[in-house]
Amino acid sequence: MSAKIEIDYGTPASKLQDKVTLEIDGREITVNAGTSVMRAAAEAGISIPKLCATDSLEPFGSCRLCLVQIEGARGYPASCTTPVGAGMKVVTQNNKLADIRRGIAELYISDHPLDCLTCAANGDCELQDAVGAVGLREVRYGFGGDNHLGAEKDTSNPYFSFDPSKCIVCSRCVRACEEVQGTFALTIDGRGFESHVSPGQNQPFMESECVSCGACVQACPTATLMEKSVIEHGQPEHSAITTCAYCGVGCSFRADMKGEQLVRMVPDKNGGANHGHSCVKGRFAFGYATHKDRITTPMVRDKITDPWRVVSWEEAIATAASRLKKIQADYGRHAIGGITSSRCTNEETYLVQKLVRAGFGNNNVDTCARVCHSPTGYGLKTTFGESSGTQNFDSVAKADVILVIGANPTDGHPVFGSMMKRRLREGAKLIVVDPRSIDLVRNSPHIKADYHLKLRPGSNVAIVTALAHVIVTEDLLDEQFVTERCDIESYQKWKAFVALPKNSPEAVADITGVDAVSIRGAARLYASAPNAAIYYGLGVTEHSQGSTTVIGIANLAMATGNIGREGVGVNPLRGQNNVQGSCDMGSFPHEFVGYRHVSDAKTRELFESAWGVALESEPGLRIPNMFAAAIEGSYRGIYVHGEDIAQSDPDIQHVHHALRSMDCVIVQDLFLNETAKFAHVFLPGSSFLEKNGTFTNAERRISPVRKVMTPLAGKEDWQVTQDLANAMGYPMHYSHPSEIMAEIARLTPQFAGVSYEKIDAMGSIQWPCNEQHPNGTPTMHADSFVRGKGRFMLTEYVPTEERTSSKYPLILTTGRILSQYNVGAQTRRTENVAWHGEDRLEIHPHDAEVLGIADGDWVGVKSRTGETVMHALVTDRMQPGVVYTTFHFPHSGANVITTDNSDWATNCPEYKVTAVHVAKVAQPSEWQQQYRSFSEQQQSLLEERLAVGEKA
Amino acid sequence: MDNSNLIKMANNIGSFFKSEPDRELAVQGVEQHIRNFWEPRMRRQIIEYTQAGGNELMDIVAEAVSHIAARQ
Repeated sequence: MSAKIEIDYGTPASKLQDKVTLEIDGREITVNAGTSVMRAAAEAGISIPKLCATDSLEPFGSCRLCLVQIEGARGYPASCTTPVGAGMKVVTQNNKLADIRRGIAELYISDHPLDCLTCAANGDCELQDAVGAVGLREVRYGFGGDNHLGAEKDTSNPYFSFDPSKCIVCSRCVRACEEVQGTFALTIDGRGFESHVSPGQNQPFMESECVSCGACVQACPTATLMEKSVIEHGQPEHSAITTCAYCGVGCSFRADMKGEQLVRMVPDKNGGANHGHSCVKGRFAFGYATHKDRITTPMVRDKITDPWRVVSWEEAIATAASRLKKIQADYGRHAIGGITSSRCTNEETYLVQKLVRAGFGNNNVDTCARVCHSPTGYGLKTTFGESSGTQNFDSVAKADVILVIGANPTDGHPVFGSMMKRRLREGAKLIVVDPRSIDLVRNSPHIKADYHLKLRPGSNVAIVTALAHVIVTEDLLDEQFVTERCDIESYQKWKAFVALPKNSPEAVADITGVDAVSIRGAARLYASAPNAAIYYGLGVTEHSQGSTTVIGIANLAMATGNIGREGVGVNPLRGQNNVQGSCDMGSFPHEFVGYRHVSDAKTRELFESAWGVALESEPGLRIPNMFAAAIEGSYRGIYVHGEDIAQSDPDIQHVHHALRSMDCVIVQDLFLNETAKFAHVFLPGSSFLEKNGTFTNAERRISPVRKVMTPLAGKEDWQVTQDLANAMGYPMHYSHPSEIMAEIARLTPQFAGVSYEKIDAMGSIQWPCNEQHPNGTPTMHADSFVRGKGRFMLTEYVPTEERTSSKYPLILTTGRILSQYNVGAQTRRTENVAWHGEDRLEIHPHDAEVLGIADGDWVGVKSRTGETVMHALVTDRMQPGVVYTTFHFPHSGANVITTDNSDWATNCPEYKVTAVHVAKVAQPSEWQQQYRSFSEQQQSLLEERLAVGEKA
Repeated sequence: MDNSNLIKMANNIGSFFKSEPDRELAVQGVEQHIRNFWEPRMRRQIIEYTQAGGNELMDIVAEAVSHIAARQ
């Protein structure tokens, strides 16, 4: 671990490539044209005092502390706003400059509390540093006059405080909120002496539009905006660069530590994915890692109605292994399996699937990507030849048109959402295809969607094919690209198909609910842009035709030549932190690491040779198949690694039935999650702070996860899996995750050049990384598609079997919200509940009025599958006929309602379309009452757990 | 496993491939998909279903299943 020293160059790096040579303090310096004098000096190791400048923000020139003398120039220009010029001669230090700077610093200090010794920023205060640098020794003005020292502190935000008495009105926070985050929640209100930072309309932070991304806190040079954790614990003394364990953006963070105490998470400005930005989850919501609910001792029990018994690691592992072996002895080799986690590291995921394939002797391994982005894997592999997105996040900065389909980046992928918003503010055009008015459409300052195709849930394929129809029939194709890069036979077939009248915008208007003129306009805008990029999320994949829509999206990009360079591409926004990685690591039952089918003899021989066992050539069970087989009786034991299927999967009464049907459910997790309530063996997991490894984000970026504290349960997750493998009779002897990655690299062409040494040296690597691409691959399919020629496929619209009726007249679609994450196991155990403490049913005012529902009412939501009850949120964000909820709280039971419909190719559940009946009610549903009772019983069995050696 | 579930899954696969104008390719598509992604006990069960006279599968799916049965 290294000390937390980061150089602040004062202004951002110039993007220009031409070189300029100048002289600063007698030294000849060459920098890129467009670089500020301040940055040129900093790059040469010459420090110029500053307050309002920081290299994450455009220069502002307000504090005047950074002024310099330039030969031939009038006065004393600010070095932050002055670009370098060829032959310029700059002096940064002389008596005159020192006098002026001292005068400026004196004015600042004359209205600043002199409580440095007890200030939370002591030792990390830029004002303190600047005043020290200019040599201020006395303040002549005293505190007798007007000042701001009595300004009231705002502590409304759970994670940071705002102390205006310490504010120097440098505007860094305001600019960070605008430039970096794009929320514009802050402003400088008043003029002259009255100038002050105002959240919203002079509101407390929590009542303003602030999204708590932390950019303002990061930018603040004083203790005005300060993390409460730093106020509580003091300044950190060491730090390590690691990777966020929340969404698929995979932000790089500096974990600031005090011994083994995590003081704060600070976004790493060298992070390849996030460039120093963060969201409320990664920046602040880490308290779950040391929450009192963590279970840190292994436990076993015979039946799920028994109290848990705390046991040693040895006994827990031996119990798990003996039960699994007994099931195999009684019911055959295929009666057990496992589920890998998209929240765990690549190395851990790799080990779990290896344990199943080599240790269990079957291919019954699957991953939670089954319920989110499995259609991405299928659709992009089929068309492009690789199961991954095509770009890096930075690519969005070169997009001229951005097409967002079924994604809500400002909530689901907020840091990337900010990058996208920045590009949109610069003038890129925006097309949104979504049933809801997401924040990009109606709540992003200075951004306007050129088209919002507010379609009916379930009609994605019809819309995407209609877009293709316009592109083909209006000759907006890039025939040259297609001729050179794509399979012509499939192209001709596709062209003829999409041109059919049934696929025209006019013909599908009744299906989609979108007027044909808008579809035609959107298609023209997308196809005619120099660079057009598509971003999509679970609103595309979680449908019965999820894979078809992914294929349709790939068709659009190929037909218009929007593949293979920056600014274009097909970009799946992955849900969890390591969804890409868990898929890469061979978690699907039909393929080995690197997306190679188990039936491929050559690949199988490679793994058989490396792993020393015979491997199966047939695909194993997918997660929903496991449930079906469990209920039927042929699947009786499961190892669930960091995944909460009892909450996250659809039709959870069916899932619970399956779990109750099994003889041995082994759960490895941080908490007694919903699945663990059905478990017989509990193996305590380790948080991302307690282990080494790597995560791979949505842009294929492999980033380091670094252990900054001792695992609370004594073991890292990969060690537990290794122990289980050894107990099952399949030997594993890794001593560090780097050895696991070395094995992955040996066996996987896309990872051949990946090593911990290279990740340490480069910070992160985007696969493929091999002999042809030793430093990784930011943009895929640059010269040719991975499969050779890009393959077009036909995308016939097939309506979902889930239909509305007089009994179930509304369509329910589910999703997520900014402050909560997935099943909420982590974020529910943080202060993020201040923003979202329950799942609510969003309903359009018209529907609410017809049904007699007012905002905040309890409403019953009933589908053909089940019924639950939640509070109503009346909002015109919805369209009439469509309701929405999140699934972050287990007792909300959002997945009691969802059905067993799934994507035709991958069985990804159709979370996005459920026909429901909504009515005002007075009490929880029968399911909720039963489940609450079951949960309370399980909580009691946990609290009554028997100590080691204690008998019931 | 429940036959109705397997039938639904198989027909969903068929619904994607049925738009292929070349029927032989459509049948091949269904067959390959089931081979690639269905665990053997699921394949066995859908074969048993068709061999027992089950007739709820789309034509191209039933034909694909008969090909799979022939090559088991």
